Amino acid sequence: MGVLQYVAKRIGLYLAVLFIGLSITFLLPRFMPANPIEAYISQLQSRANGSLTPEAIAEMRASLEQLYGLKGDLLTQYFNYMKRIVTQFDFGLSIAFYPQSVTTMILGALPWTLGLLLTSTVVAWLLGNMVGLVAGYFHTKKAATILEVVGILLYPIPYYILAVSVLLLLAYIFPIFPLSPTFPVGQMTPQKFGMVIYNSLLPALTLVLAGFGWNILSMKALAVATTEEPYVTYARLKGASNWTRMVRYVFRNAMLPQVTALALSLGTVFNGALLTEMLFSYPGVGLIMRTAAGGGDYNVLYGAIAISIIAVATAGLIIDLIYPLLDPRIRHK
Amino acid sequence: MTTDSPSATGAALETVPAAKRRDSLLWLLNARLAIGLSLVAIFVVGSIVLPFFAPADPSLQATYLKNMPMSAEHLLGTNAIGQDIFWFLVFAIRNSLILGVLVGIGVTIISTAVGLSAGYIGGNYERVVMLVVDSFITIPLLPILIILGAVIRGNSSFLTVGLIIVVFGWAWGARTIRSMALSLREREFINMARFSGAGTVAILVREIFPYVSAYMVVGFINTILFAVNTEATLAVIGLSKVEVPTLGSIIFWALNYNALFTGNYPWLVAPIVASILLFLGLFLTSTGFNAAFASKRGVA
Repeated sequence: MGVLQYVAKRIGLYLAVLFIGLSITFLLPRFMPANPIEAYISQLQSRANGSLTPEAIAEMRASLEQLYGLKGDLLTQYFNYMKRIVTQFDFGLSIAFYPQSVTTMILGALPWTLGLLLTSTVVAWLLGNMVGLVAGYFHTKKAATILEVVGILLYPIPYYILAVSVLLLLAYIFPIFPLSPTFPVGQMTPQKFGMVIYNSLLPALTLVLAGFGWNILSMKALAVATTEEPYVTYARLKGASNWTRMVRYVFRNAMLPQVTALALSLGTVFNGALLTEMLFSYPGVGLIMRTAAGGGDYNVLYGAIAISIIAVATAGLIIDLIYPLLDPRIRHK
Repeated sequence: MTTDSPSATGAALETVPAAKRRDSLLWLLNARLAIGLSLVAIFVVGSIVLPFFAPADPSLQATYLKNMPMSAEHLLGTNAIGQDIFWFLVFAIRNSLILGVLVGIGVTIISTAVGLSAGYIGGNYERVVMLVVDSFITIPLLPILIILGAVIRGNSSFLTVGLIIVVFGWAWGARTIRSMALSLREREFINMARFSGAGTVAILVREIFPYVSAYMVVGFINTILFAVNTEATLAVIGLSKVEVPTLGSIIFWALNYNALFTGNYPWLVAPIVASILLFLGLFLTSTGFNAAFASKRGVA
C-alpha cells in the first residue's frame, strides 16, 4: 500500500465517520419523547402567567420551528441540517443566550478545551510511554515491577474520582491551588498568561494522571514483546548499548501501535476533558454543555456535539496522516 | 474452555501445581487474579447479602439526625439529608453492579456477534461494519449522553441509562474480537474444518468461539467497569437518576451539599475509596484472566 493510497483511504474514512456521526446527532433528538419547543413555550407561558393567547402560541411555534430548522418532514429537515453545517457551519441560535449564535459560543470555548487537551495528552503520552518503556525493557528486574504497579493503580480510576480527589487533596487539604479557577478576560499579558496556566494546572493534572496509567500499561506490554524480537538480540550481539537498544530499537517499533491507539482513544480522552471542565468550572466546551443541559438549550448542545465529533475525527485524521512519517513500512511499499 | 462463571474459572486457575509456582511470572498472574477476585468477591457478596439487614430504606431522607459523626451505630456517620452513609453506600454498590452486569451481558453479545462475523466473513460486509464501528468509537459518548440525559431527565428509569450505554458501548469489543477472528481465520485447523465440509456458522461456533470466549470474560469485566463509570459520570454531573443510590449519585449529593466545607469527610471519601477498590478489583481480575488465557488461546 503506497502513501497516496493510504492517505486517500484515510480521508475517505474520515468523511464517512463525520457523515455517520452527524447523522446520529441529527436523528437522536428526533426519536426522543420530549419536545424542546413545547418545553420552551410552556416556560414562556408560565413566565407570562398564562396570558398568552393560542394564536400567539401558534405563531411563536412556527417562528421557533423556522429558527431551529424543525420545519417540514424528516428528510427535508435532514438535508437542511446537513446543508447548513457543511456550507455555513451554522447550528442556529442559542435559546438561553438569544440571539447569540451557537457557533460563536462554541468556537470561543474550543481553544480552552483544545489547549487543555493537547497539552495534557502529549504530556501523558510521553511520560507514560517513557515509564512503560523502562518497565517493559527491564521487565526481568524487580524495580521495573514497581513502575508497572503505578500504572495498575492509576489506570482503573475514573476521571470524576481523580478530579474530586485532586481537588480534595491539592485545593482543600493542601491549599496549593484555587478551589474554583478565575480566568482573566481581555487582552493577554504575560501576567494574565501566568494566571491562566496556574488555574489550568489542576484540570491538566487530572487528565495527565488519567492518561498516564493507561500509557504505562500498554507500552509495557508492547515493550516486553518487542524486546524479544530477533533484531533486538542482533543489536545486543552487535554491541549496541542498553540505551541505544531501548530507544532506537524497542521504542521505535513499540511506539507505532501506541500512536494508533492514541488516535483511537481520542474520543474517550475528549469525554474526560469535558467532565474535568465541568467539575473544575473550566471555561471550555464542557462547561458550556453543562450550562446548556441545565437550561434545556438544545441548539447549543447539538452544536457542541457536532463540533466535538468534527474535532475528535479531525485530530484522529491528523495523527493517522503523520503515521507514515513514523512507519517506514508504509512509505517504502 | 467454557466460560460458565468467572468465579468457577478463577477457582480452577488458582489450583496451579506447585512445580509451576517457581515460574515467577505465573505466580504474579495468580497473585493478580487472587487479589482482584477477592476484592470483587467482597463487593459482590457484601452488596447482595447486606441489604437484607438494612434497618431502613437508605434513599429515604431524614431517617436519622443530620451529619452525625462515625460511631458504632452509624459506621460512616450520617449525611446532611439524614441518611446513613454506610447503608447508602451498600445499596449504591449493589445498584451500580447490577447495572454493570446487565450492560455487560448486552454489550458482550452484540460485540461478539459483530466482531466474529466481520472478522470471519470479510469482504465488503467487513468494510461496512468496520466503518460503523470506527464511527462509534470516534463519536465522543459523553456529549451524547448529556443531551439524552437533559432530554429524558426525570422521566427516565435507571435502566434507560443502561440501554443507552449498550448502544454506544459495543464498538471497542467488536474491534478487538474482529482482530482475533482475523488472526484465527488463516490457521490450519480452520482450513481443516472447512475442507471437511463444515459451514461458516458451524466453524464460527465450534472452532473460533472457544478461542474468543476467554476474551469475552475479559471484555465482560471491562464493560462492567465502563458501565459503572459512565453511569457514575452522568450522576456526578446530575444527569442520571440521582434519587437511586449509585456510586455516582452518592458523590453528586456530597458535592451538592458541600460535604467538604461542612467537614463531613466520610460522605465524599467513602464512595471514592469504595469505587477505587472496586475498579481495582475488576481491573486486576480482567488483566489476570487475560494474561492467564493468552497462552491458552494462542492469541497473545
